[in-house]
Amino acid sequence: MGFFKMAGTAFTNLFRKPATLMYPVKPAKRFPNTRGTLTIEFEKCILCGICQKKCPSYAIEVDKTEKTWKLDRIRCISCGSCTDWCPKKCLHLDNAYTAPVTSEFKDSTRERHTGA
Amino acid sequence: MIKQTIIPFGPQHPVLPEPLQLDLVLEDEKVVQAIPSIGYVHRGLETLVTRQEYQEFVYVAERICGICSFIHGMGYCQAVEEIMKVEVPARGVFLRTIWAELSRIHSHLLWLGLAADAFGFENLFMQAWRIRETVLDIFEETTGGRVIFSVCKVGGARKDIQPDTLVRIGQTLEKMKKDVKSIEKVFLKDNSVRHRLAGIGILSAEDAQSLGAVGPVVRASGIKVDTRMLGYAAYPEAEFEIITGTAGDCYARCAVRIGEIYQSIDIIRQLIPKTPEGPVDVKVTGAPQGESYMRLEQPRGEVLYYIKANGTRLLDRFRVRTPTFANIPPLVKMLEGCDIADVPNIILTIDPCISCTER
Ligand code: SF4
Ligand code: SF4
Repeated sequence: MGFFKMAGTAFTNLFRKPATLMYPVKPAKRFPNTRGTLTIEFEKCILCGICQKKCPSYAIEVDKTEKTWKLDRIRCISCGSCTDWCPKKCLHLDNAYTAPVTSEFKDSTRERHTGA
Repeated sequence: MIKQTIIPFGPQHPVLPEPLQLDLVLEDEKVVQAIPSIGYVHRGLETLVTRQEYQEFVYVAERICGICSFIHGMGYCQAVEEIMKVEVPARGVFLRTIWAELSRIHSHLLWLGLAADAFGFENLFMQAWRIRETVLDIFEETTGGRVIFSVCKVGGARKDIQPDTLVRIGQTLEKMKKDVKSIEKVFLKDNSVRHRLAGIGILSAEDAQSLGAVGPVVRASGIKVDTRMLGYAAYPEAEFEIITGTAGDCYARCAVRIGEIYQSIDIIRQLIPKTPEGPVDVKVTGAPQGESYMRLEQPRGEVLYYIKANGTRLLDRFRVRTPTFANIPPLVKMLEGCDIADVPNIILTIDPCISCTER
């Protein structure tokens, strides 16, 4: 038997600060380990293509002849497989999430690096 | 004779986050039969195994489910490790077990929230999810992800947890117990909640056994089954009892899950001081050849993996039988004879995860 079991919890809630954040106006909490957006130091890249082979979602495209490294951000699931395998350690998972985009997301989320 | 009506429940229904359809055959307000059909979210994950190298397939296996993702990755890795005779370092095994138990806590808290939402208690739903946030923060801090961790790999773990962080996790969980207590008393003692749960959707022990129920559903009917007792990973290092209920109703299933939250906290508390020093992974080279089965305990019950490898880096076959799949026949049984108003509630108490079921 029991009545008003929730009353205490509900009452303290009135005086507690909200448990939620107004993202993206307020930045999301993050930790050093947070797997966010993928970045590349293209100067170090030797275009070996290992990252392309190890990416489970086929987000990376490396072209040796054209000397390009391309990433489709919408495909990238921030798993970190490519960063683990890259022999030059030039790929990094930044701990900030990729910024939200509203228009023409396809183009604004494709990244192309070229050495040519 | 009473005229029968058929009411389709789902695939889109406010109480279901995922598409499951049940045709409810009604006489007046009583359900006399429920006919389930699935197939709305089939993703073909099992076939992907033939296109994805076995080491990268972990990331796919994890995405079988968004809630119990870690244990899916772990089960897949264990199955591959068994074929390849890879010995995972003890620290890796311990960390995996800790993450697996944290997953259980987070899954059960999520379920408590959804259940509260199903019986119309919004505030309770919010409280359960607020507490769950503590666990999600631990995940993000240690693995980098909140629900998909990408931290398991064939051969061990991809990240280590610093000893002081481990101790802090233990303390945080101890503190969390108080919060869980505060909602436990609402779930188990409050009159209006009891009214929606007690005596509803009863599954007898015989039915649970003969229909092959798993997880909290079978345990709530009084049968002691828990795959963790098989002693995989670091479970032999922890002492725990299987939590069971007796009534087999919605209330018992709820009570079992709440009990398991405390149990998981306790297992983690026991494992933290025992976690050995050393590396967390070993380098795995070559390709698997052969086949293996792996059984693990997910928050929702026993999950089974089957892997067949042909000596190349692409596997031949990957098969998962998820707990929800096993729990659908018991669900149909529970629904027989219940009031239509209780249907959403009963469906939720098996903790359905339809996307897992359809892979
Ligand atoms: S693995 Fe590293 S070095 Fe090789 S192509 Fe990718 S980013 Fe460049
Ligand atoms: S983080 Fe994962 S999904 Fe993203 S590009 Fe690297 S391997 Fe592919």
